[in-house]
Amino acid sequence: MSHSVELYSKAVLDHGRHPRNRRMIADCSHSAKSDNPSCGDNLSVSLRIDKNGVICEAAFDGRSCVLATASASLMTELLVGKTPTQAKMLFRRFEALAAGDTGEFKDGMDVETAGMTILAGVNAYPARMKCATLAWKTMLAALENERNQQ
Amino acid sequence: MKAVAEEIESQEALERIDCGRSVSVCHSQDRRGDLAGRYDVEAVRADFPILGQTMHGYPLAYLDSAASAQKPFQVMEAEHAFYAHDYANIHRGFYILSQRSTERYDRARRVVKEFLNARHEHEIVFTRGATDAINLVAASFGEAFLKEGDEVLLTGLEHHSNIVPWQLLREKKGIVLKMAPVNEAGEVPLDEFIQLLGPRTRLAAFAHVSNVLGTVLPIAEMIRAAHEAGAKVLVDAAQSVAHTKIDVQTLNCDFLVFSGHKLYGPTGIGVLYGKEELLDAMPPYQGGGDMIASVSLERTTYAPLPAKFEAGTPPIAQAVGLGVAIDYVTALGLDRIGAHEAGLLAYATERLSAIKALTIVGTARRKASVLSFVMDGVHPHDIAQMLDGRGVAVRAGNHCAQPLMARLGLPATVRASFGLYNTTADVNALAEALEEVEVVFLQ
Repeated sequence: MSHSVELYSKAVLDHGRHPRNRRMIADCSHSAKSDNPSCGDNLSVSLRIDKNGVICEAAFDGRSCVLATASASLMTELLVGKTPTQAKMLFRRFEALAAGDTGEFKDGMDVETAGMTILAGVNAYPARMKCATLAWKTMLAALENERNQQ
Repeated sequence: MKAVAEEIESQEALERIDCGRSVSVCHSQDRRGDLAGRYDVEAVRADFPILGQTMHGYPLAYLDSAASAQKPFQVMEAEHAFYAHDYANIHRGFYILSQRSTERYDRARRVVKEFLNARHEHEIVFTRGATDAINLVAASFGEAFLKEGDEVLLTGLEHHSNIVPWQLLREKKGIVLKMAPVNEAGEVPLDEFIQLLGPRTRLAAFAHVSNVLGTVLPIAEMIRAAHEAGAKVLVDAAQSVAHTKIDVQTLNCDFLVFSGHKLYGPTGIGVLYGKEELLDAMPPYQGGGDMIASVSLERTTYAPLPAKFEAGTPPIAQAVGLGVAIDYVTALGLDRIGAHEAGLLAYATERLSAIKALTIVGTARRKASVLSFVMDGVHPHDIAQMLDGRGVAVRAGNHCAQPLMARLGLPATVRASFGLYNTTADVNALAEALEEVEVVFLQ
């Protein structure tokens, strides 16, 4: 059996092959698009932030590998109900997790981020880090890129 | 008598150091195949220490020689022995080491000249690699012979290294770039190439073998047609030189480039072959030491070929290593290497065709040592990752050929490529790993 199977757990394959929130939000408030030039992949993230400053809808679209897709799918689930500041904290947690840091965080979001651990295995594959973080970095760019409301 | 014997002995020792390859050459003929053409791949593999490893508990199946080939110990030993015994800077020392070093460097040039059957040694310019050589031609031939509105004809399957230097020249000089189309099979139809040759075409530059699809281009016909249209020709032989015999005089190409590292030699060394009259008429590419005849603050005159194009201290040991790598493939015989690889390609094509979700990309009638494919519903990076988990090393991505990928409508492919050391066991490992990908991802 391929040693890499550990990276492709049932949970990762589930998100990767049946991604949640794979669409564009027509009336999004924030969006961004990223390319991964090494593989020709691209990923768009769109967000809708309500008048209270809370992300009420998160979606992604594009062409990407299973890891990037699973990570994007998971991310869109985690973002709903968070403020942009909390979204950035989530990203830092994800980055730390992907880098192999399994230590305790004191940001009060342990429950919400438990699902992230399905991607922790990527830390053994540095070449795939870009795939795992592509959606998150696109989300950060989207937060900086408020769409002009017509 | 004793003195003579000692001298003979030391002479022999010197030859062993000098031409570590002479030992290996005999050795190859003895062990790696007989005159009847039997190719003993296991004996060949014994020359490549890196291949003996296991990866994740599986024997390494190295199927990425199109990206870079592994090195036989003869090449490593030659470089080591050169540094240990003969190294100094070239073309300047009055001492023995510099003379020896110069001789070794010059010998490497002779080996390349023979290998390509160039008319003159000074038609062989050492560069950093094929990319560097194409940049040299774009800059220097472009400077001397191309002006605004002149056309350079490429093909749609070129590696970025045979596209971007011409685009840089377009920005500088206003030349026009044309691309001969690629058909569904991944071939460049000759008639469509010929149609794009016009009165303003000054140069046609194309690959001999596609690095993505393995397509062998009909370069002899393309060169003839380009010449009839009055254009010069550059052949990018980076992907062909390790698989098939090249004779620049028979081909009659004006320029030909390749890299040492894809020919079982070191990195950092490559070759530009150019016809004497063209190289003579071209200005230097870079300025520096070793490329001048005399320098004063008012005026510099340039050294004759090939030094004019080799500014600065060159990669000396790498040139020596390249010479030994060429000795190695020559001793094995490029015909036999090509036949061995063709057998592997045919076997791999058959094995992979049996995998339902898999589609082979590139079905040209003439292909060499490269097999690209995709699988429905599985991203090439995930395939390559799974293959790595079984010790199978392949490349996944756009292979530095984005225009070709756009033509094929694919963001990426997986590419397995074969070298002189690959075996049917490597192909079996590939096929079995792909069958596992099917199970994990598609069931």
